[in-house]
Amino acid sequence: MFAGIDVGASATKCMIIDEGKNELSSAVKRTGMSLRKVADEVYKEALSGAGLELDGIKVVATGFGRKNVDFADSIRTEISCHCKGCYHHFPRALTIVDIGGQDTKLIRTNVEGKIIDFKMNRKCAAGTGAFLEEIARRMDVPLEEMNGIALSSEREIEIGSYCTVFTATEILSKIREGEKQEDIVRGVFGSVIKRIQEMNPLIGDVVLTGGVVAHNEILFDLLEEALGREVLKPPKPQFTGAFGAALYAMM
Amino acid sequence: MEVLVAFGFKVYFPENHSALIGARKIADDYIPVANAVGYSPEICSYLTSDIGAYLRNETPLKDAYGVSSIPKPDVLAVNTNQCRDLYEWFSFFGRRFDAPVFSIHPPKYLDEVEEHHVDDVAVQYEDMIAQLEKITGERLDEAKLKEAVALSLEATELWKGFLDTAVHVPSPLTFFDGTIHMAPIVVMRGLQVAVDYYKQLKAEMDERLENGIAAVDDERFRIYWEGMPVWGRLRKLSEQFVDLRTCLVASTYCNSWVFDDMTPDDPIRSMALAYTKVFVNRSEPAKERYILDEIKRFKADGIIFHDARTCPANSNASYGMPARMMEDHGIPTLTLDGDLNDLRCWSDEQATTNIEAFIEQLEER
Ligand code: SF4
Repeated sequence: MFAGIDVGASATKCMIIDEGKNELSSAVKRTGMSLRKVADEVYKEALSGAGLELDGIKVVATGFGRKNVDFADSIRTEISCHCKGCYHHFPRALTIVDIGGQDTKLIRTNVEGKIIDFKMNRKCAAGTGAFLEEIARRMDVPLEEMNGIALSSEREIEIGSYCTVFTATEILSKIREGEKQEDIVRGVFGSVIKRIQEMNPLIGDVVLTGGVVAHNEILFDLLEEALGREVLKPPKPQFTGAFGAALYAMM
Repeated sequence: MEVLVAFGFKVYFPENHSALIGARKIADDYIPVANAVGYSPEICSYLTSDIGAYLRNETPLKDAYGVSSIPKPDVLAVNTNQCRDLYEWFSFFGRRFDAPVFSIHPPKYLDEVEEHHVDDVAVQYEDMIAQLEKITGERLDEAKLKEAVALSLEATELWKGFLDTAVHVPSPLTFFDGTIHMAPIVVMRGLQVAVDYYKQLKAEMDERLENGIAAVDDERFRIYWEGMPVWGRLRKLSEQFVDLRTCLVASTYCNSWVFDDMTPDDPIRSMALAYTKVFVNRSEPAKERYILDEIKRFKADGIIFHDARTCPANSNASYGMPARMMEDHGIPTLTLDGDLNDLRCWSDEQATTNIEAFIEQLEER
């Protein structure tokens, strides 16, 4: 058995797989302040979900807290793990977009699943999960409801600023102009898509992954609309990194 | 530099002072001071660190050498072959100390340096010399100028010899060693002391080569560093690369301080040529050719571009070069956002993960 633990900035995920690369169980928790502890908790939860004991399992840790998982056999960056996870589901040349809590990553692979290049977003949170959280707070909407609200919008409005603070001001002016809440929220998701398109050309088959897209399906619609073609969705987008780490554990 | 030495001036370099401030990790105490008086956080953080420190009446020279403040200049001399910021920076001190600022403005973005470019710069040198003669009340001693140029040439050749030992696999030195040992070639050109320094250093490297001593144990990857150092993170980065068994074998920053066009027989024209030909003053295609040659020469597996927020002059990631290196030449590249001195523009977390992932990428190739 093999386990991957992805200690992300907002959530910590664990997935356990068998020799045939099939998922046996998975678990997720908010990361919080104690990285070691949360890694331990998701791991134990996943173990019991799979009805397994601690012994004989190879563990690879990834994500920003990867170095805090002292019981892991080895570590691997989330860039390699997302790549590995996505390539397993879609074995061809890919452009992988991972929208995470603190950063967004864009990874291009060749047909063999090897990384050609990758980029992380620049310093500002714009285009990341943290950006959506901040805007939800500003607009006084629960984060979980953002997706549903945006889906009810029938009109597209432009939110163009490059930085989180400017976007917040831009939203205030939209509110003042009397724009509808659902249209603004949709515009906010639209701005996430724009930030992604600025990072690198999205060529070939595009996969969208990460916790943020798992909870906000509208991002798939908006990206497909922007690209004019289908966007691939892995079975469990939030767990692609953990799955990739488990695949590394197998190697 | 050589002209000032020939006139017998003691030369002080604000750039070096700023690098010291950066390496001491105190730049972020001073940059905001300069920002507050109107020097934007987006311009050269060497400038803002140095001016900020001056305005606060502080200097790391105090701890290091017991010097309580930067020296009061009689003249300021600047060559804008690097950037405008340097000129603005020197002008600040010119106003403060009521001292004249002499500047050489070579033609910029040159693909090839041609005779008429050299003519232009040589005339500017002669002009500057005439003004210095007025101020000092002395004629320029040709023999002294020739001697200074000869010493610069000798130092430059030794410096190149030192850096070139890194073509060996494994390399006996890293980019980080280069940044530590480059001070003399920057601030002591034209002086015997620089020659002596590099003779000793070069001998040490040759000895390392003979005994097969590598800078990074068990060197697996060799990387070319494009851009300035992150002065406040030299140790952290060098340790990370050692852990990854990766050697930064060469860099534009250290390797372009080679002025081998100087000839004591024709000091002014050869200085004009050497200082106009510098990498940072050249066209994008000329820079690309230089980097490609260096990558080949040093057998590098990839390039890391440091995109320094406040020094576009020494950052080459902004006009599509990383993409061209990758797509046209198949060279793996990584771009790190950062800065030379302003650590507010640097994220340890992002940099560490980016570097680690880049090495994983090379491992799986
Ligand atoms: S080249 Fe860069 S670091 Fe040097 S003075 Fe100009 S802006 Fe500053």
